[in-house]
Amino acid sequence: MRVPAYLVFTVIQPVMFVLLFRYVFGGAIHVAGNYVDFLMPGIIAQTAAFATFGTAIALAQELKKGVIDRLRSMPMARSAVLAGRLVADTGRMLVTILIIVGVGYAVGFRFTNGVVPAIAMVVLATVFGLAICCISAYTGLAIGDEESVQAFGLIWLFPLTFLSSAFVPIATMPGWLQAFANNQPVTYVIDTMRALALGGPVVPSLWKSLVWLAGIFVVFLPLAVRAYRRAG
Amino acid sequence: MSQVNGATGRPAILVEGLTKSFGEVHALRGIDLSVPRGTVLGVLGPNGAGKTTAVRILTTLLRPDGGRAEVEGYDVVRDAAAVRRTIGLAGQSAAIQEELTGRENLEIIGRLYHLSWPRARGRATELLEQFGLSDAADRAAKNYSGGMQRRLDLAASLVGQPRVLFLDEPTTGLDPRSRLGMWDIIRSLAAGGTTLLLTTQYLDEADEIVVIDHGLVIAAGTAEELKGRVGGDVVEFTVPDRHRLADAVAAIAKIATGEGEADGQPHADPETGVIYLGVGGRGSDALIEAVRSLDGAGR
Repeated sequence: MRVPAYLVFTVIQPVMFVLLFRYVFGGAIHVAGNYVDFLMPGIIAQTAAFATFGTAIALAQELKKGVIDRLRSMPMARSAVLAGRLVADTGRMLVTILIIVGVGYAVGFRFTNGVVPAIAMVVLATVFGLAICCISAYTGLAIGDEESVQAFGLIWLFPLTFLSSAFVPIATMPGWLQAFANNQPVTYVIDTMRALALGGPVVPSLWKSLVWLAGIFVVFLPLAVRAYRRAG
Repeated sequence: MSQVNGATGRPAILVEGLTKSFGEVHALRGIDLSVPRGTVLGVLGPNGAGKTTAVRILTTLLRPDGGRAEVEGYDVVRDAAAVRRTIGLAGQSAAIQEELTGRENLEIIGRLYHLSWPRARGRATELLEQFGLSDAADRAAKNYSGGMQRRLDLAASLVGQPRVLFLDEPTTGLDPRSRLGMWDIIRSLAAGGTTLLLTTQYLDEADEIVVIDHGLVIAAGTAEELKGRVGGDVVEFTVPDRHRLADAVAAIAKIATGEGEADGQPHADPETGVIYLGVGGRGSDALIEAVRSLDGAGR
């Protein structure tokens, strides 16, 4: 929180997206119900995913500056540094998510399915963000160069979040793209978030989301820990 | 390296036959070091010589492929946790959190060493004073000059009161005055009983200096001794036929021993087939002698 600019920028980008899709593109995108209600769960998931850029970049910087070397040469649990970073970054991510929910409310978004599902939606978005955070932590430590990390983040995070149900109904995409968009974790997470926020069947997409998220944790948490142990 | 102080008589740092390769790159090819307690060892060598690799192995950041290394009697692989309780490390760049103040940087490190808040605060104040950073203590570290950041980094490496301190190029990039200041600090730490191993690209004023090149120790001695030896000319011979390397070394050794103490013994690199010979101030004469001697040994 010592870097106000950091929070400002991680918030400004999704706010611009909210406004852009709500008022510029939204009119041309046809969904059942209000587009702003369709949009917000997608934007929130994307916000969570993009917030992990910060994790990757910070780890790459600390690696380069020798901060990680120093911590690894100290008598402390090697898992503590990585765990601390993941917890802190996820906390920050949650703050950003809540701000974006507030912005959504200002432009007409409403939770229409009750308080508990609304809270569950925020929790799911945060757990999703934490899973993506593990991937980003791994890329940050494995690549180790700030600019490359940033470029690489764009390469996988942009397609993953845009080629999903986040902004448009998947049925409007060409068939080959639908095949990808329909079967990737971001779509499952967003569909679940939408069902939690607006009502509708939660379970089918929820269990697929949880399997995917568990898979991401199982693969990327150990990879990140290993990359940390061997850092530099 | 003969006199040993300290109760047990063991050197603070002991390295035997240490090797480490990264794929095809043989960073260390069997180095030996012995550093008595309370002394300063300078590890000198060009970039890529293996200095940083050696420091990373000694500070438990990297596992060696072969050989062994001990710090204060603890094996760096088997007793890595004990080694970490004993050492401090300041790397090539200032490993500080730039957004935090100097004081906060040191307090956080203190907390990570499980000092209580008051103890961590006290230790930070102590170190800030010792390193002339008291006035800047409450400013963000990103506003510090390069020299101040390095001092803060060094202070951070001392929070845990290490008995052995590793400094990777502590004087690189510092202006001459900051460099002298750094040496004052290093001297006073050694006087206080801390053992220091530092890497450097200059023939600095360490008690003892070892020169590493291509992953091997190619010379050792005091700065004065080394200036006499490698400070002069070094003649390099490339032996195309590796099988004749030993013969060539023997031939060159004749001229090395013939001419007084200033000359080093020839040192062969079996991988590249290059023989290095320090010849003091008589470079061209030594070269002619060596060529004659090699010629005499037959081709």
